[in-house]
Parts: sequence; structure tokens; C-alpha cells
Amino acid sequence: MIFRRPVFWLILIFAALMAFIPLHGNNVSMREDLILVAVAVILASNLNLMIGYTGYVNFGHIVFYGLGGYVGLYLATVKGWNLILSALLAGLAVSFCALLFGLGILRLRGAYFALATIGILVAVQSFVSNFDPWGRSTGLYVPFDAYQPLGGARRALWITYFLVIAVMALSMILSLAIKISKFGLGLFAIREDEDAAVVLGVNATVYKAIIYSVSAFLPAVAGALMFYKNGMIDPSIAFEFMLSLEGIVMLMLGGKGTVVGAALGGGLYEKLRSYLLTSPKLSNFHLVIAGGMLLLVVLFAPGGLIGWLYRLVPRSEKVIE
Amino acid sequence: MSALLEVNGVTKRFGGLVAVSDVTFTLAEGDILGLIGPNGAGKTTLFNMVNGVYKLNAGKISFAGQDITDRPPNEVVHFGIARTHQIVKPLYGMTVLENVTVGACFGRDYLKLKPARKVALEVLERVGLADRADTSARSLTIAGKKRLEVARALAARPKLLLLDEVLAGLNPTEVELMIGIVRNIRDSGISVLMIEHLMQAIMSLSDRIVVLNLGSKLAEGRPEEVVKNPDVVEAYLGFPDIVDKLRGVQ
Repeated sequence: MIFRRPVFWLILIFAALMAFIPLHGNNVSMREDLILVAVAVILASNLNLMIGYTGYVNFGHIVFYGLGGYVGLYLATVKGWNLILSALLAGLAVSFCALLFGLGILRLRGAYFALATIGILVAVQSFVSNFDPWGRSTGLYVPFDAYQPLGGARRALWITYFLVIAVMALSMILSLAIKISKFGLGLFAIREDEDAAVVLGVNATVYKAIIYSVSAFLPAVAGALMFYKNGMIDPSIAFEFMLSLEGIVMLMLGGKGTVVGAALGGGLYEKLRSYLLTSPKLSNFHLVIAGGMLLLVVLFAPGGLIGWLYRLVPRSEKVIE
Repeated sequence: MSALLEVNGVTKRFGGLVAVSDVTFTLAEGDILGLIGPNGAGKTTLFNMVNGVYKLNAGKISFAGQDITDRPPNEVVHFGIARTHQIVKPLYGMTVLENVTVGACFGRDYLKLKPARKVALEVLERVGLADRADTSARSLTIAGKKRLEVARALAARPKLLLLDEVLAGLNPTEVELMIGIVRNIRDSGISVLMIEHLMQAIMSLSDRIVVLNLGSKLAEGRPEEVVKNPDVVEAYLGFPDIVDKLRGVQ
């Protein structure tokens, strides 16, 4: 049972703290910092389902976030639907797309699969850049009165913040639930040796398609919420390849294949990144740091921070998943 | 005795190479059938055809009265055929217990996680790996990895077990242990199809033997008949007085 896992309660406490600390004293700048941390955790956790659990490297994971943003924004502003409903529908629509993409590219393995995921990112980006209802390359804007149903812009920002925190908690709980399930065991078997897994009875084709689709859902919901909050979306910010790559750095840094590691890496990297991005002397320097860190992690601590902790304190593996 | 596995005129070509050519045999329920032949005779290819790794170019395979020709491996397991690999394929990043649990979870009964773990522990006990349950599969010796292969396959609760050279690379003590395990498997009602080069072992274990050479069936019969067959002696065993030698050790 998931409730018996200490990590489950840790996730809830962590999410509650993140939700209420900025609320205390109405600290808006802290809220804006933390929402980015939450998004990083969401992206890294869901990417972990593919890279850490199944062993398939997805370089184009950000496509789900961007597509979710588009579908969500379109439904919430152009169609004027309820935000939560729009975000959920965005998640479902993008998951369905992912299922279709997955059935195509999941026949590939290793480097070929990774290349194909970049192909999907580029293809979707150029499709959206030419798609009239979504404003082609100028994108979509949220008119100011679209925030009215949520009680004005100021309240809407807080509401989206809480929703993003909820999606973050759900991402981590999803990771945990899959990790301790039979489905997760099948994925791990695929990661270790796909041929052996199939001979043991795992339906790898179906399992891979499902996890690829599942890993798209919450990032798409988060994208819908975030771009709604930001008030605009265009193809270059929605499908930012760099962010996709940074997602991989986050995951490797924290420890792929672990629930806490993905979140930890996401959170830490985002804090570092926002520090480097805002320091005037080091503009774009964060990418150099990211590359260097990835190299160091892969060479000296392939298990990331959590893997390092496991080695230091073997018993921690039983508690921190 | 009814035939559990019927292999009927199966052929597998890789480009211009005919790896298995028109091979037919049956395996009776409860039997151990030995599959022998020189390297490159097509033994492992035949295994890969039976469990669905390779699609057939011709022929038909039925199991327990059902046609399983060209079913993918993960479905073949659910019919009740499990196998081991000649070149062991442990799931390295997982523990021994987890490895075997995968076998039980996705095997014939498609067990849930908890009962699967129970079955896995029983099976580990049976193959003598119980004390290694929580260690990483990576840390096992070659003999341990071979036993892990057998355990994983057994955990699927098969009716038929395909053993691909489980004795190769083991020292005499380990061979003795493994032979005991195979006997124990048969006694528990599971039929066995095994590839083996170790003649003494296959002679003493098998109820029947099929000999392959260059992709075709060369001979078939009871062990003592097969070793006397001049074709088999020429193609595989190598020297004519092998019969007396083997009889001496039996």
C-alpha cells in the first residue's frame, strides 16, 4: 500500500509547505520562484518515468508541456472554458497524441529512439508555427478579462500556483505508485533487458506505449496552467529544446529511477539556474554549468545525488524511494 | 501419453542460410527431451522458434493442442512455455528476488505482486538461491546466474521448460547440483526440452533425444538407440567406441 510508504507522506508535507509558505505574508516573488521549482519537479519526475524507469531517453519531453499549454490556453481563452477542465482536457489530448507518437517511435531503441524524440519535438513545433487557430508563430494571448471567472488576475495567479503545486505532488505520487506496482516491475525489466523481459512475459510494446503516454499527461496539465498564468504562448517558448535537455540534467543530478531523486534534481537545478540566469555577469552561463554537471554526474556518480546517498547509507534505500 | 509439444516441419532461413530445415518432432507430457548436435546445428534457433522470438518461414508448432505458431514470446509464456538463455540474461540492476518475481508476475498465471513474490521465494528455495535473494543479480557467479535463469523460468509456472545449455560452464559439483534441479523439475510434473553438450548428463536425464545436424533432424529415439546410430556418431560424437565409453560411466 502506498500509504505505508514514508515517501508518500514526505511528498504531501513537501507540497503543503510549498503551497503555504509563500501564502504566509503574501510573498509574491517567492511564489514566482517556487512555481518554477514546481514545474521543474513535474518535468523531471515525468521524464523519470521514461528514462529512469523504462530506460528510454526522451530528448523531446518538453513537447508535452508546450502542446498542453497550447490546448489548455486555446480552450480556456478562445473557447472560454473553465481552467481546470481545460487543463485536464489538455492533459488527455496530449496523452492521446503521445500514444500515437509512441506507437510509431517506440519500435526504435537506444540512440535511434532518442533521435526520433527530437524529431517529434521539431515536427510539432513547426506544425504549431503554421497552425492558424493557434496564431501561427505569434502564438496566443490571454485577454485580461479571461482571469475574471477566477476572481481577477491577482487571485487567478494564486489559484494557478496551488494547482501547479497539486500537479507537482501528483507527479511524485504517480512516480511512487508506479514504482511499487507490478506495472513498474515490468518497466524495470524492460529497462534492464527488453528482450529478456519479453521472454519473461512482459508485453513491452504495450507497456512502453502506456508509460510514454502517461509521462505526457501531467506535464501537459502543468503547461496549460503555466502558460495561462504567464498570459501568452508562442512556439519558441512552448517548445524550448534547451529546457528539454535541462530536464535530463535535472534527472541525472538527482538520481534517475528514484522518486525523490527526480524531484530533488529538478528543484536544485532550478534554484541554481534562476540564480545564474539573473546574475548579470553570467548570462546563459547556466548551460555551461549544466553541461559540466551532467558530465561530472555521469562520470563519477551515475546514480546522482540519491544514488550517492544509497552508497553512503545503504539502509536509506528502504526509506527514500 | 499425449503429445504436449508438436513441432511440425518447421523451417527458418536467415537470408540464404537455412538454419533449421523441415524439422519435426513431438514431446510427450512429463518427458525430458534432449536436443543435441554440433555447434551451428540450429538448436538454439529451434528454441527461438518455439518460444516465438523468431517467426517461422514454414511449419507449425502446437502446444497442448493449441496452435502457437508465430505467437510473440510474451504470449507463449502465458500458454505455459518458459525458457532459459544459453547466454544468461539477468536483469542486472535488480535483485535476485526481483528477477524471479518478474518471472512469476508475468508468467502463466499473471500473478499479482504479492503472490508473485511468494512464488519467487519458493522457487529460489528450490534452486538453492534463497540466501542470495536480496543481493544484486550482478553479483552472482556464472553458476548462480544459470540457476537464476532456471528460477525465473520456473516462477512462470510453466508446463514446459526450455533449458538452453544450463550445464555449460559449470564445474563438476555445480553440474551435479543442476542435474538434481532438472530431475526435481521433471518430478514436479513439468516437461523439459533441453539443449546440452554434456553427453553424460543428457544421456542420463533424457527420456528421448533428437539430434540436429546442419539444420535438419539427423536422428531421434531413446538415448541408447541414438548413440548407436552411425550417422550420429559420425556427425556429432566423433569416435565409434563412444558407446562403450558412455556405457562405462552410466
